[in-house]
Amino acid sequence: MTDADASLPAGGADDADARGATDRPVPHPDTVLDPPPSGDVFLSTTPGGEVVGLVAETSEGDQELSRRGVTDDSQLRREVGAVLRLPEGVVVDPSNIDVEQSDDDTMIINMGPQHPSTHGVLRLMFELDGETVLRTKPVIGYLHTGMEKTAEELTYVQGSTNVTRMDYLSPLHNEMVLSLAVEELLGIELPPRAEWIRMLLTELNRVSSHLMWMATNGMDLGSTSMMIYGFREREMVLAFFEKTTGLRMNHNFIRPGGTAADLPDGWEDDVSVICDTVLPRTDEYDELLTGQPLFRQRTESIGRLSAEEALALSLTGPILRSTGVPWDLRRSMPYLRYDEVDFDVIVGTYGDNFDRYSVRLNEIRESIRIIRQVVEKMPAGDYRVQDKKVTPPPRARIDESMEALIHHFKVFTEGFKVPEGEVYTAIESPRGELGCYLVSDGSSKPYRMHIRGPSFVNLQGLPLMMRGGLLADAVAVCSSVDPVMGEVDR
Amino acid sequence: MTAVEPVQSPAGSESGGTRPRAAGRHLQETVFPTRGQYLEVVRGYRDGGFEMCADLCGVDYLANPGRPLPDGVARERFEVVVNLLSLSQARRVRVRLTVPESDPVAPSLFELYPGVEAMEREAYDMFGILFEGHPDLTRILMPEDWEGHPLRKDYGVGRVPVQFKDAPGPR
Repeated sequence: MTDADASLPAGGADDADARGATDRPVPHPDTVLDPPPSGDVFLSTTPGGEVVGLVAETSEGDQELSRRGVTDDSQLRREVGAVLRLPEGVVVDPSNIDVEQSDDDTMIINMGPQHPSTHGVLRLMFELDGETVLRTKPVIGYLHTGMEKTAEELTYVQGSTNVTRMDYLSPLHNEMVLSLAVEELLGIELPPRAEWIRMLLTELNRVSSHLMWMATNGMDLGSTSMMIYGFREREMVLAFFEKTTGLRMNHNFIRPGGTAADLPDGWEDDVSVICDTVLPRTDEYDELLTGQPLFRQRTESIGRLSAEEALALSLTGPILRSTGVPWDLRRSMPYLRYDEVDFDVIVGTYGDNFDRYSVRLNEIRESIRIIRQVVEKMPAGDYRVQDKKVTPPPRARIDESMEALIHHFKVFTEGFKVPEGEVYTAIESPRGELGCYLVSDGSSKPYRMHIRGPSFVNLQGLPLMMRGGLLADAVAVCSSVDPVMGEVDR
Repeated sequence: MTAVEPVQSPAGSESGGTRPRAAGRHLQETVFPTRGQYLEVVRGYRDGGFEMCADLCGVDYLANPGRPLPDGVARERFEVVVNLLSLSQARRVRVRLTVPESDPVAPSLFELYPGVEAMEREAYDMFGILFEGHPDLTRILMPEDWEGHPLRKDYGVGRVPVQFKDAPGPR
């Protein structure tokens, strides 16, 4: 910085030298700056050569960071807190936070957003003390596409094509929660067959979603055979979905008023084959993983959570049940015909990774139990409500009736009007409470549609589960939460 | 609770049905506290057995100012809608707080339910509602340097250029 030196008034530089470094401990605008070593951060020194702080070039101009030694505790805490959120609220004792330690002993590293074990584009910031994780901050939003805003531009008929892309591993649940909300506002009663078809499909979807979780969790823990097995069985379910709805994923099959079509011929046989195959295979997974010492060491007492903590952080689904809280919306606040089928709510004890694994594995078995009852009890009748306002006419009628054609056209272009009001519906998705808060202003498009994504809320548990654990276990903990980023970011 | 009771929605009183068919039947219990009562009302529910705050979201009523509200509730632009859940009673209650456009500030529920942390951040990000007492009120879904709050009704759709840093300008 010879130019800067030259431009300084000679007297000023002499004065600074004369007063010496001890008289001026704080940096001054006239402080001589060393050339930046790497480009954007450089040390500021007094003319005597003493380093007083760091200057960082930011988008808001140069910012001086004083040295750690001169910052007080509250400043330091705030500064670190801005980078990594503390593991939240009631569960953290402020005196537990070692402010001194967050100085030089710890390191902040990023995992993601492009990391295979984050199951999408999740970024985790870790504060590490050696290999121990102190604090974690999940950073989300990389997959945000404004689906709630999009929903305000789509009619209620088109709405399910939108929501089905949120939680792409259990699309039918998303479609169903929206349909239930719309039907609630419309005040229509579904024909029994539609309700049973919905139960059949969503339970199959729960099986496929949990199988997918078993597969990816196995891969995260190094069990690639489990990954192959999980995908293999999931493919059977998806093949049935393709036969029924036309698509493997993003079905747009469950719509306000019922379902898009009836079940295909021979569906009972297909479903029976799925049940008869997947159920014995869960015993194989049991053999492969549950008793395996390596798997148990990597899951037992890792990522522990108490019931109070889970409730305080609004965690739902298998995570809440693994802590011993028997809360399942299918049982506690039944919707559709869940009060007419027999199944058990699986709960864990310790709230660790292993409990979350066993809850999900056993939920596959319970879902298959439900599916078998649904096959038995499936009534005949309409698969959608015979309400001319909501339901398009059957395809055959369009060829012979002009009114039917116009009606069909109207339903799919303008949609139907939904009475003014607001409603919150919630169902038990494979990941927890999937809620939909729907506000209607009386038009054919939702005024506001808010989806309460269980993954979005469940991610809040990560900092707490990872605290005090090892970095290598962070992958396992993240996997055990089963986040689907499409639903987190929406 | 404070001296002034929050306004109960008329629909809330007739919620008794024969069979609790679906998770969220239409006539849910709803209360409309003022901003001063808000924390006390929610605290009352929490102490009364509502263990979990299931959902919190914002609504912008700019385009629908004439929405039905019970008498005595200030007709403001924004609403913070809180859905509380009682596991022990298998019951839900909805708290709707109206927030004026000129002063979009709501008290944070973080001290009562730490689980609202992400949800309040989302409501702030999407609607610009400020939550007083929130530990880390930053954008959560949108980029940090994003301008505007996308779910507001006056936020232009399709007319806003891509705002990412270093993105090439329109050609």
